[in-house]
Amino acid sequence: MAPVVAPDRITPGVEDVVADAKLHGTMGTGEHSMVLNMGPQHPSTHGVLRVVIELDGEIVVALAPDIGYLHTGIEKTCEAKFYQQVVPLTDRIDYLCPMTNNLAYCLAVEKLLGLEIPERAQLLRVLLNEITRIQSHLVWLGTHAMDIGALTMFLYCWREREATLRIFEAVSGQRMMTSYFRIGGLALEPPKGFFETIQTFLDAMPAHIDQYEGLLTGNPIWMGRLKGVGAISAADAIALGVTGPPLRASGVDWDLRRDMPYSGYERFKFNVPVSKDGDVWARYKVRMLEMRESVKICQQAMGMLDGKPGPIVADAPKIVLPNREKMKTEMEALIHHFKIVTEGFAVPAGEVYQAVESPRGEMGYYVVSDGTAKPYRVHMRNPSFATLQALETMCKGRLIADVVAVIGSIDIVLGEIDR
Amino acid sequence: MATPTSALIGKTDVFAAMAEDPAVIALAELATDAKFDRNELTITVARESIVAACEAVKAAGYNFFEDVTAVDWYPQEPRFQLSYHILSHSLKQRVRLRVLLDSSDASIPSITSVWPSANFYEREVFDLFGIDFPGHPRLTRIMMPENWRGHPLRKDYPVEGYR
Repeated sequence: MAPVVAPDRITPGVEDVVADAKLHGTMGTGEHSMVLNMGPQHPSTHGVLRVVIELDGEIVVALAPDIGYLHTGIEKTCEAKFYQQVVPLTDRIDYLCPMTNNLAYCLAVEKLLGLEIPERAQLLRVLLNEITRIQSHLVWLGTHAMDIGALTMFLYCWREREATLRIFEAVSGQRMMTSYFRIGGLALEPPKGFFETIQTFLDAMPAHIDQYEGLLTGNPIWMGRLKGVGAISAADAIALGVTGPPLRASGVDWDLRRDMPYSGYERFKFNVPVSKDGDVWARYKVRMLEMRESVKICQQAMGMLDGKPGPIVADAPKIVLPNREKMKTEMEALIHHFKIVTEGFAVPAGEVYQAVESPRGEMGYYVVSDGTAKPYRVHMRNPSFATLQALETMCKGRLIADVVAVIGSIDIVLGEIDR
Repeated sequence: MATPTSALIGKTDVFAAMAEDPAVIALAELATDAKFDRNELTITVARESIVAACEAVKAAGYNFFEDVTAVDWYPQEPRFQLSYHILSHSLKQRVRLRVLLDSSDASIPSITSVWPSANFYEREVFDLFGIDFPGHPRLTRIMMPENWRGHPLRKDYPVEGYR
């Protein structure tokens, strides 16, 4: 047996670190500068982000993110699956908002197919999406505050997050990788007592947000660490592809839910919080207000649903699996079931791009069909991937300790960056 | 603005039906083909004119670059299709620019001079499809390791990798 040959190098060497810093053309500060490697295993990088930082004393002069540590080739995998089999893969891209991923992908394929989704399914999708947004923002708040030193927040946020995860578990059987949405509707009828649980959660949530704000908003340490840190102008944010709360915190009034509505968002009344400052503090304020708006949207969705029965899947027997009772009694339903499971369903040739407002910004799915039962190409436009390009602009000229605050404030998820 | 209800194929049809569309006006000279399908406008331009086309749509109000990615139509020629998605915050609509590339010369000018946000996206296409972007500030692999062999999203790349 041949001996195991050690690779040339496992992690990039010092010369690469320096090259990464040189990339931004600010290596000219001379003998006083130092190049520092942060990550990929660093608790405040929220995953496996590696950042190469050039420092002059404690001041950041250049910064280059290095990604790809979590690349699993999801886009390639999608090409080998039937359309309906891609849904569970989409959960794993941005694991903090599985429902939003599901929705973006399902809407894209439904657009290719020209499917009409029943109203009740649309409302349930909106309801679950907004609960997902609250859940994702809670994770952001807990971890962001923990990075900055307010450990208590983490425990409070996890308390409410538990309630949202229980809602997901009740409806889909899974706490995180829900895979609840289907092409053409939803997987299952919500269980008994589901809406009561959500109502209890929604009624309690505003008081919880008050509690978080009571602990943080007026806190001098919190303000000192956030105000004026990591500022980016609206023009820079647009040029660098920033979307979602960081873009709105820079003063750009843009929200896909309101401006290019999908899945029935045009029927809901909500405000889009915008701030002018563009710093970490503004991003904090915008997200806190967004959680309150999400609660409002959920309340409206609950009112529109009002416990009324109705179909949760489109009337498309060749695309949507029949219900179990029908399958046991009707030959045709059984045949449809067999064909969908074994051969999938053909999707007319074409290409679509469907974007939704995820908790982190614009999440777009670009799906190309060649007329067969498997997608020819699936590409995900993920908000964190683009926002990461703005990290240097936000951190330059600030203290190294602020890098941690900025990374927390753009709320990156490495799963969706590396895919 | 009049929005057609059914699919339109071909430059003549699309440009006649959507004559008032800002993207259509901006690209009247540069477009080689066009398509309006499923409420999405796709305009094909030549490789040489991609930077000019981006500048034209940017001037027409399409201010936000969303995404660029490629589709590998192996073994057909032209093999690679690049799709640029560009959004307008003021018009609340988007346009897709499409460029077709032969496999013998898979390269296209970088548009990072127009939108710096294309930086990572072009690196991703370079890494996973092996398409060159002359003019890019630093075209290196972004997802795969530096010493990786092949470009995984090409259709002729074995799923289990080269051994």
